[in-house]
Amino acid sequence: MSPPSPPILSVENLGKSFGPLQAVDGVSFHVSRGEIVGLLGPNGAGKTTTINMILGVLAPSSGRIAIEGVDLRADRSKALAGANFAAVYAPLPGNLTVEQNLRVFAKLYDVDRIDERIEALLATYDLLKYRRSKAGVLSSGEQTRLSLAKAMLNRPRLLLLDEPTASIDPSAARDIRAGIAGLVECGHCGVLWTSHNMFEVEAVCDRVLFLSHGRIVLEGDPKRLPGEHGVATLDDLFVSVAHEDLAAGGAE
Amino acid sequence: MNRSRVSAIVLRILYLYRGSPQRVFPIFIWVAVDILLWGFLTRYLNSVSQSGVNFVPALLGAVLLWDFLTRVMQGVTMAFFEDVWSRNFLNLFATPLRISEYLAGLVIAAIGASSLSLVVMIVFARVAFGLSFLTYGVALAPFVGVLFLTGIAMGVAAAGLVLRLGPASEWLIWPIPMIVSPFAGVFYPVAVLPGWMRAIAAILPPSYVFEGMRAVVAGQPAPWMALFGGAALALAYLVLACLFFATVYKIAIRTGLIARYSAESVS
Repeated sequence: MSPPSPPILSVENLGKSFGPLQAVDGVSFHVSRGEIVGLLGPNGAGKTTTINMILGVLAPSSGRIAIEGVDLRADRSKALAGANFAAVYAPLPGNLTVEQNLRVFAKLYDVDRIDERIEALLATYDLLKYRRSKAGVLSSGEQTRLSLAKAMLNRPRLLLLDEPTASIDPSAARDIRAGIAGLVECGHCGVLWTSHNMFEVEAVCDRVLFLSHGRIVLEGDPKRLPGEHGVATLDDLFVSVAHEDLAAGGAE
Repeated sequence: MNRSRVSAIVLRILYLYRGSPQRVFPIFIWVAVDILLWGFLTRYLNSVSQSGVNFVPALLGAVLLWDFLTRVMQGVTMAFFEDVWSRNFLNLFATPLRISEYLAGLVIAAIGASSLSLVVMIVFARVAFGLSFLTYGVALAPFVGVLFLTGIAMGVAAAGLVLRLGPASEWLIWPIPMIVSPFAGVFYPVAVLPGWMRAIAAILPPSYVFEGMRAVVAGQPAPWMALFGGAALALAYLVLACLFFATVYKIAIRTGLIARYSAESVS
């Protein structure tokens, strides 16, 4: 029997403090191949700080992050080669065209057969007619689709999505969710997904982690978790966690 | 160092130049303005001076070489500012890109832009005012080399400063060449400076270039040892500038500045 493969993402006892503020406090979790994990929590709970640490753009104060078994601190470049991300707060440079942006990032990820890959992604994300448009003139929904196309360039084994469908119409959002779910189902990658849309989270996530004050306070199946905590929906559970957060003075 | 990632940084700058004539225009226009201004001034000085000094290679040549250093520095800083202005740091540094690859990309982009500027400079100065850079003989190579290394070092250090202090500190960067020029003896021999300024000139690599240039124009042999010292100094500054940038980058990663870099995020 072959040994189990290591998780795509392994986070152990992760902590980050900014002066007296403990933004992330001893967080541990993993994301396996073929799994979508939702990272939920009210604003200021530590979700983006956690994602930034996984992306290597923020150094943890404590703990360890490994992507496909490669320690991020020890070999950042190798660890990030198999990861990618899309976030609403990180639009691609507006002064390059859609195609130029994809080409530059394809080179940054050292993608093989760049032309073929770009053509396929332009078609998948319905960007063919915008290929020569500057990214800065696209609508927010089109920019989000471009960010998602960029996130798929290197066929990532770990995909970090921060509010990936925030600016997209429901129909396109459904297609994108289906596309990502399809990728995950075939066992190619694992996804860490943050969203404030609990309908979306329930639809796509296999497991969710609720963050509050930088700590994981709840973890489980998004379909069963509300019932286990005496509320009707995931939305109600989110509100309940957020209220506890506010009551504890947790708004950062 | 991964060539694909370095080429990505160069390609980004190339795309920006290709798609935006207003970025290409300054490469030519400032050089042309300097040549016209200083060309006529040196022509006038030649006509009224009884000293026998040919001001064209001594003064116009010096201005153009200094202009070259400025273009090299700006080549690095402008490429860096493009990422600042488009808030691209999070996208860039969440890729496998190493800081050495990023800097290598900026430097290669600067080589391209400043080489173009140098060619325009040489051709225009020759056609309009009869200045031949061949006047400097084989010493031209170390002159250009030392100025190039110094320009790169200044550009990398300036980029590090802006990364540390925020985009609002841009205004600190542009006057740097003007502030350095009085100490570097661009227009006059270092010997005319007071002692404290001479001490500063001694640690500025360009001062060795301009002293050497005046020696060659006066028919003396090029001061090779001094030029070698200037080159060693420029190389040391380049290493220090890269270390400075890498240190600032590490601080930015520790504080989270890279992920939220904007004028408001840096105090």
